[in-house]
Amino acid sequence: MSLLTVNNLTLQFDTDEGRITAVDDVSFEVNSGGVLGLVGESGSGKTVTAKSIMRLNSSNAVYAPESRLLLKLDDGDVDILSLKHKRDMQVVRGGSVSMIFQEPMASFAPAITIGDQMVEQLVLHKKITKKKASDISIEMLDRVGISDADKRFKQYAFELSGGMRQRAMIAMALSTRPKLLIADEPTTALDVTIQAQVIDLMKDLVTEFGMGIIFITHDLGVIAQTADRVAVMYLGRIVEQGTVRDVIKNPAHPYTLGLLDALPKLEDMDAPLTPVPGDIPSPLERPSGCVFHTRCALAEPRCSQSIPKMVALDQQHTVACFVEAEKRGAA
Amino acid sequence: MTLLFWKKKIGDDQQQLKEAYFTASQGQLIRARFKKNRSAVVAGWALIIMILAGFFAPFLSPYSPNIAGRDKEYENGPPQFPKFWDENGFSIRPFLYTTERERSIKTNFRWVLTENREKRRYLKLFVEDWEYSFIDIDWDLPGKMFDVNFKALTFKTHLFGMDKGGIHLFGTDGTGKDIFSRTLHAVYTSLAVGTLGVLISFVLALVIGGVAGYFGGWIDSILQMITDAIRTVPPIPLFMALAAFMPDTWSAETRFFFIASILGLIGWPTLARRIRTHLLTERSQEYVLAAELCGAPAGHIIRKHLLPSFTSYIIVDLMITFPYVVRTETALSFIGLGLTDPVNSLGSLMQNVSKADVLLNYQWYFIPVLFFIAFVLAFVFVGDGLRDAADPYSHTKQ
Amino acid sequence: MSDTPIISAGNLSVDFQIGGGLFTSKKFLRAVNRVFIDIPKGSFFGLVGESGSGKTTLGRALLKAVPISDGKIRYSDGEVDYSLRAMNHADLKEYRKRAQLIFQDPYAALSPRMTVRDIIAEPLEVMRITKSREESDQRVRDIADKCRLNLEHLRRFPHAFSGGQRQRISIARSLVSNPKFVVADESVAALDVSIQADILNLLKDLQNEFGLTYLFISHDLSVVAHICDHVAVMYLGRLVETAPTRELFQAPRHPYTKALLSAIPSIDPDHEGAVQKLEGEIPSPTNPPPGCKFNTRCRFAIDICRKEEPRLEHSSKEHDVACHRWEEL
Repeated sequence: MSLLTVNNLTLQFDTDEGRITAVDDVSFEVNSGGVLGLVGESGSGKTVTAKSIMRLNSSNAVYAPESRLLLKLDDGDVDILSLKHKRDMQVVRGGSVSMIFQEPMASFAPAITIGDQMVEQLVLHKKITKKKASDISIEMLDRVGISDADKRFKQYAFELSGGMRQRAMIAMALSTRPKLLIADEPTTALDVTIQAQVIDLMKDLVTEFGMGIIFITHDLGVIAQTADRVAVMYLGRIVEQGTVRDVIKNPAHPYTLGLLDALPKLEDMDAPLTPVPGDIPSPLERPSGCVFHTRCALAEPRCSQSIPKMVALDQQHTVACFVEAEKRGAA
Repeated sequence: MTLLFWKKKIGDDQQQLKEAYFTASQGQLIRARFKKNRSAVVAGWALIIMILAGFFAPFLSPYSPNIAGRDKEYENGPPQFPKFWDENGFSIRPFLYTTERERSIKTNFRWVLTENREKRRYLKLFVEDWEYSFIDIDWDLPGKMFDVNFKALTFKTHLFGMDKGGIHLFGTDGTGKDIFSRTLHAVYTSLAVGTLGVLISFVLALVIGGVAGYFGGWIDSILQMITDAIRTVPPIPLFMALAAFMPDTWSAETRFFFIASILGLIGWPTLARRIRTHLLTERSQEYVLAAELCGAPAGHIIRKHLLPSFTSYIIVDLMITFPYVVRTETALSFIGLGLTDPVNSLGSLMQNVSKADVLLNYQWYFIPVLFFIAFVLAFVFVGDGLRDAADPYSHTKQ
Repeated sequence: MSDTPIISAGNLSVDFQIGGGLFTSKKFLRAVNRVFIDIPKGSFFGLVGESGSGKTTLGRALLKAVPISDGKIRYSDGEVDYSLRAMNHADLKEYRKRAQLIFQDPYAALSPRMTVRDIIAEPLEVMRITKSREESDQRVRDIADKCRLNLEHLRRFPHAFSGGQRQRISIARSLVSNPKFVVADESVAALDVSIQADILNLLKDLQNEFGLTYLFISHDLSVVAHICDHVAVMYLGRLVETAPTRELFQAPRHPYTKALLSAIPSIDPDHEGAVQKLEGEIPSPTNPPPGCKFNTRCRFAIDICRKEEPRLEHSSKEHDVACHRWEEL
């Protein structure tokens, strides 16, 4: 079994305007040592999906009964959605699964030194002495490329630059030796030269620690350079899934194709930029059938009537589109 | 076919609803959001009723709240509720029984009230009784120059009364004054103190906070220092000093005016700070810069961008500040530093409650306390509801 | 496109006061440091740099939206000719019509309390360009149509629109006074990829229609590569390289530009990662290094780079670079 198996995850939010579907029947797997990229634009539900693995969604979130989030731990499997109590969540939140965020400043308490914060969470999750914990923390800061690690250890988050902060955050997330790391747009707020450094660092860390990573981003370039598998999300659904090479070089879903055509590429400066027509529908007016049919050039009457299933094009590559699946003889 | 037509009609209605939402101005959106908040709406109605009751207090109350309206025959009397029937039969006009009081060796020389159930007295509507004026300005400020005495809209009609004897819905106090009448007048007094205090602090806050926020820099620094200095003045010792300073010869109205002004003068710093913060945040908004880049003069920016974005916040701020002023006045009156007994304020009525005798024998003295709680709560709920409704991004945040 | 610059800045510096209150001494931060820039009329001029490079400040200085500390800026569109530092009130008013700004954040730049019609019409009314409400309405409808806005939506308030539509409103507002020179400050950075392409195409179409000159400020080199014809690269308040887009991307001369280009993650998964990774981060502008501003991160830095600041010089006709060693590298 894979490290994390997500099956039929459906999640709605209760709001004043009614129930809003944020994640709709999403299934995927993450293997140890593998990087799964979740790509999508704003409102695609990629962050909500990741947060449900940590059970960090707000209290008005309603999970559908058939949703399963199975995490493989050393002492057996656990269904994260069946955990009722806060103390049960401890196994997931601190020890086995870690998360890093887009804005590292928001994740460090402003009035506590970085070192104290790292030690605190280590002592909490690993039941080790403070001395041991600070040794591990300094070693980890050093490992993520922070020079003068023992000096930085005593500093506050605001004293570090943006790139350093993101490194410190990665160090903190990895110091508990998690089995699964969720990275939510970890490079979006960074400048491109710093982004390149952080991407390199994360690649090295996967080979060294062998954990599974869910890498969330809206940037297909970043995904191409980091992930080995990718799932493309649109309005809470996964529309295409496969190896990075398959999805980017041989995209099957019209939305993936549209994203790639809209993306300015340095390799081909003369290629025209083709926007995906129309706007993303408001979450209150979720399209029936295939969620993409309102903006799709290939849309047929059936696309607005029934929801296309994920169809395997080959062993690794699946797509949820009636038209493309038939065209490729997979239906 | 009809079904199709029906479906289309529903679609059109929804389209219209959507368009109405998209073209709704900020004011309309605030109103719509406020109406969704049920507790705020209930509090709003309660507040309107109390304000109207306070304003029309002389008309609604059957007796003068002052010593002139005392009922010598019914001192410390319990609340009286008009009835429609009893064992002696039904009556269309609500009635009360005649009470008699007696003091003799049998009653241990205390006044004891007894009801005579045989003798009925009937309720009358629109009775003529004591005279009152809705506009009654009678200032007797220190010095002769500022004295004003002006009366208008004088009436004698009251909503209800009895054909003979008195009616005391909330009972009477030790001197026979009607607690119902006193409560209504006290609500009026508290509203007046609150309005005056809030107005004074609002004008000061608007000027000081506005100047600090709009100009910034060293002007802001100096004004902030002054604001902080005012905030450090401890209110209780200040009021004790003021109470000692107020001569006994001052009339009730003068004391009232004085207290309200002082409340306003020490209440502005919080409000000024909020106004300054609003201005600072609004000024750095990109749409203000966009207007400046069109060459818009300061007047245009203030009129078109700063003030409209401001009014909703100001109203909310005033609503939230109001109960604090009322509460401060009440607290001061309660400890005897503010308005004292002949003036009917919620605080001075509450002062009467602080005796063991009341707790044991005259529990109806507590009725004004309930009014005070309802009054402050209503303001707080309405203020909170307005604040949530006025935030243009409240529902996009979530 | 003609070669006469519409905007020409020489030795331009902008300082900001940081800290320093009533009793503490004032400190200054030099956001733009002796910049020379010529923006040809009719060009789509890209300005790239990382955060803290001073690109936004430079854009605003050219609009006379921040106080200029030193140097001169000349604006000349064939009809009028202004020197921005010595400008009377009437000229400034006229300049506001001719030079406009498109913001980054389509949420913050639109007043939530005005209808779309009022937002677009505000510049017309403030600058007294139109005489009557009917005339304003007509111009608002014209420009809204050009920006592909639904005319029925003009009565709506901004809260009814998505990011892409709001950016179109913002563009319509900036162009309603018929400007010649437009600064677009990160105008597509907040948008999703699928919508970003639409706005970029719109900007290009509007340029062809109205003969606009853009200064397109961006941190995204791939966007700049696609849409701009000239590019200038900024680092820590200095212009380090400027050239026609094709030349800059094919033959970058400054080590910083080279590093910047190689840091962009390629969409091709088989593409090898960057060859020359840049170490460290951009120094704080409050405390810039002496000499070449880039010397702390440059692997080619030699003694002279740490002492003397290189000047922007012609490496070829249109290709300028500020590096002591560009010839040997």
